[in-house]
Formats: sequence, structure tokens, C-alpha cells
Amino acid sequence: MSKAKIPRKSTNVDMTAMCDVAFLLLTFFILTTKFKPDEAVVVDTPSSVSSIKVPETGIIQIMIDKEGRVFFGIDGQDTRIAMLEKMAEKKKIEFTDVEKQQFSLVSNVGFPISQLKPYLAANSTERSAFPQPGIPIDSLNNELGDWILAARQSNNDLKIAIKGDQETEYPVVKRVFDVIQEKNVNNFNFVTDLEANPYD
Amino acid sequence: MAQIDTGGGGKKGGKVRSKKMSTRIDLTPMVDLGFLLITFFMLTTTLAKPQALPITLPEKPNPDDPVDTTKVKDTLALTVILTADDKIYYYEGIGSDDVNIQQTSFDTENGIRQVLRRKNSPQISKIEVLRNQLKSKEIDAAKYKEEVIKIKGGKTAMFVFVKADEKATYKNLIDMLDELLINQVGKYAIVDVDPKELEMINGTGAPAETPAAP
Repeated sequence: MSKAKIPRKSTNVDMTAMCDVAFLLLTFFILTTKFKPDEAVVVDTPSSVSSIKVPETGIIQIMIDKEGRVFFGIDGQDTRIAMLEKMAEKKKIEFTDVEKQQFSLVSNVGFPISQLKPYLAANSTERSAFPQPGIPIDSLNNELGDWILAARQSNNDLKIAIKGDQETEYPVVKRVFDVIQEKNVNNFNFVTDLEANPYD
Repeated sequence: MAQIDTGGGGKKGGKVRSKKMSTRIDLTPMVDLGFLLITFFMLTTTLAKPQALPITLPEKPNPDDPVDTTKVKDTLALTVILTADDKIYYYEGIGSDDVNIQQTSFDTENGIRQVLRRKNSPQISKIEVLRNQLKSKEIDAAKYKEEVIKIKGGKTAMFVFVKADEKATYKNLIDMLDELLINQVGKYAIVDVDPKELEMINGTGAPAETPAAP
């Protein structure tokens, strides 16, 4: 009787398959990742138990920082250009195609529209230092209302989301509500962080 | 670095032979790198998406429209006034001259939440029954939703008036709306604070507060 010989096997494992899987997943994650758009100010939102998610597209975002400055943002490059054209018509400001193209990449506006031309002409480092006093919301110069109107004229399905800072004072928020309501929008959302419901 | 070995240095006429190497490459470092990047992208993508707290404000009345005389029943109404330092004043009813105005806070144990729970207890218990039915699969989610909306909007459901004065913050407002959501209050409105109410507030908070300078 001969002894059964156990053949010696190499301990090397073929890594090709694993490598394929790893890179497949990597591709998937790279393609699905959407980085946070750079926002002009840091806004610390309050939390709520609401379980509804903010839609990713089709929203007008109105940010209010703790000093009461109001920022206006909208997604979609085509919508931005269409909105700017409507706004330019109203404010009688001419924008060149290059400026429109530049504007389509701006995620937030936080200054009067008279400042838009110099802002679009500035480069990225100058832009970060550009003064952003907030969009005027007083009744004499209600540019926020004009922006909302222009945005809704270019896309009627836009929903409004208000993103306010915890420390924002109520009168500013109230004024923003009024501006929105003047444009006949009674339905909107507050952007909040998630909080657990104590009675669930 | 990348010179070609001419094979000189003595051996004359010797044909240069490249050494036969295995074509197998060790892929382990590449897999490591792949998984490292996957980890990075996974962790960055799962950043919590913000939540939306929906709200519907009452339509601004058109001056041409006939005046709507429907009033909220006084016994079902609760008026909440948000003010500075996260303080809350509330009273039952819509407001008349002799209301019992009380002070409370956002405290979860004995703050506004308990006030709302007490006042809204019939609705809360009804919804609780429904929730149990949903959990034991007696009713489906659509039916549950429908029933909850019916209860929250029912004729006997309470109505909350949320008022905020100039010293209140946005956080107070959202917290208040959140409390209403937690306590199943479906009917509420954000309205302006009455000057009379401000006087009343300043009356009750007297010992701790010095009257505000004009």
C-alpha cells in the first residue's frame, strides 16, 4: 500500500477577480457620488422629526444665515440661464453669453443684482472674498421676490426650501415668508436635520 | 533608470537574451488600493441628506373675496407665543381680555410638549390605536395615512396658533413646528403676535425681567 501523496499547492491566490470586483464597485461609487455644492455661508440648521427627504433637484433654496443675510440658490444650469434672462429683462441689465455661462455655474447668489456683473467677471479667489451682503428683501427693493418670480417663470415645478440658521432672528424669517407668499406660493419646506421621534 | 542593457562589457557576439519572466503580476496592492478608494467613496456618499419639514401657509386673503367668518372653536384653540431666550407663553383659546397666560419652555418633560399632549390626548390615543393596528398588519400603510390625516384634520382636533415675537429665533419656530408634528397636531397657523399679548407677556414675566427700553 502506497501512502497517498498530498500534492503541494501554491498558496498564491489569483487576485484578478477580486481586483475586478473592487474596481467595479469603485466605478459605481465614483459615478454615483455627488459632492456637496460649495455654499456661500455655513448654515447650522435646526432639527426636526420629519422623515421627508429634501428632493435633490427642482428646488429653489433660500438660505438665511445667522446675521439675517438672504441667499438665493437654484439647481440646474439651464434653469439658471433661463432665470437670469428673465431677471435681466426685468432689471434692464444686459448679460453676455459668457456671463450667462459663468452664472450657470454659480450655486448661490447673496448680493444685489447690480453686483452680479463684477462678480461674474471675478476669478475664483476674488469671488470667495466678494462681499455678500445678502439679497435685498425690503419692500422697496424686493429682489428676492424678483428672483423667485424669474425662477418660477423658467420652471414652474420648482419647490421652495428655506434653510435657515438656528440663530436667525424671527423678523427676517417672517419677511421671507411674506415675500414668498406675495408670489402666491403657500407651500414650502424647511430644510432641517434629522432627529429621532421620542414617541415612535 | 530606463537604459537598455546593451550587453557589452566583455561578452562579444553574445546574443542578448531577455530573461523569461512570468507574466503574472501580484495584484494584491492594486486590490488594496481599490478597496481603499471604495471605502472613501462609500463614506463620503452616505453623508446624511437633510430632511424637509413641509409647511402650508394660509393663502393671503384677496380683498375682493367675501370675508370668511368661520372661526375656530375657542375651546379647541391654543395660542403659543415664542419669545426671547427660548421662552414660550401659551394660553387656551384664541384670545380675549381675561386669558390665563402661562409660561413654559421647550423642555421635553414639563415643557410645551406636555401641554400639547394633554390638550391633544384624544387624537394622540386614536392615532396610537391605529399605529398598533398598522404594526400588527391589520391595516395597510395607505389606510393608516388616510386615517391619520382624517383624525388630525377632524372637527374636534385642536388648533394651534403659533406666534413669534421679534426676539424669537428661527430655531424656536422650527422647534415649535416640530413639537406639533411630534404631538400629531394637524391644524396650526403661523400668525402675527398681538400687541395686547406682548403686554400680557411682559406682565407675567415681571420679576425676572426688566422692562425693555423703548
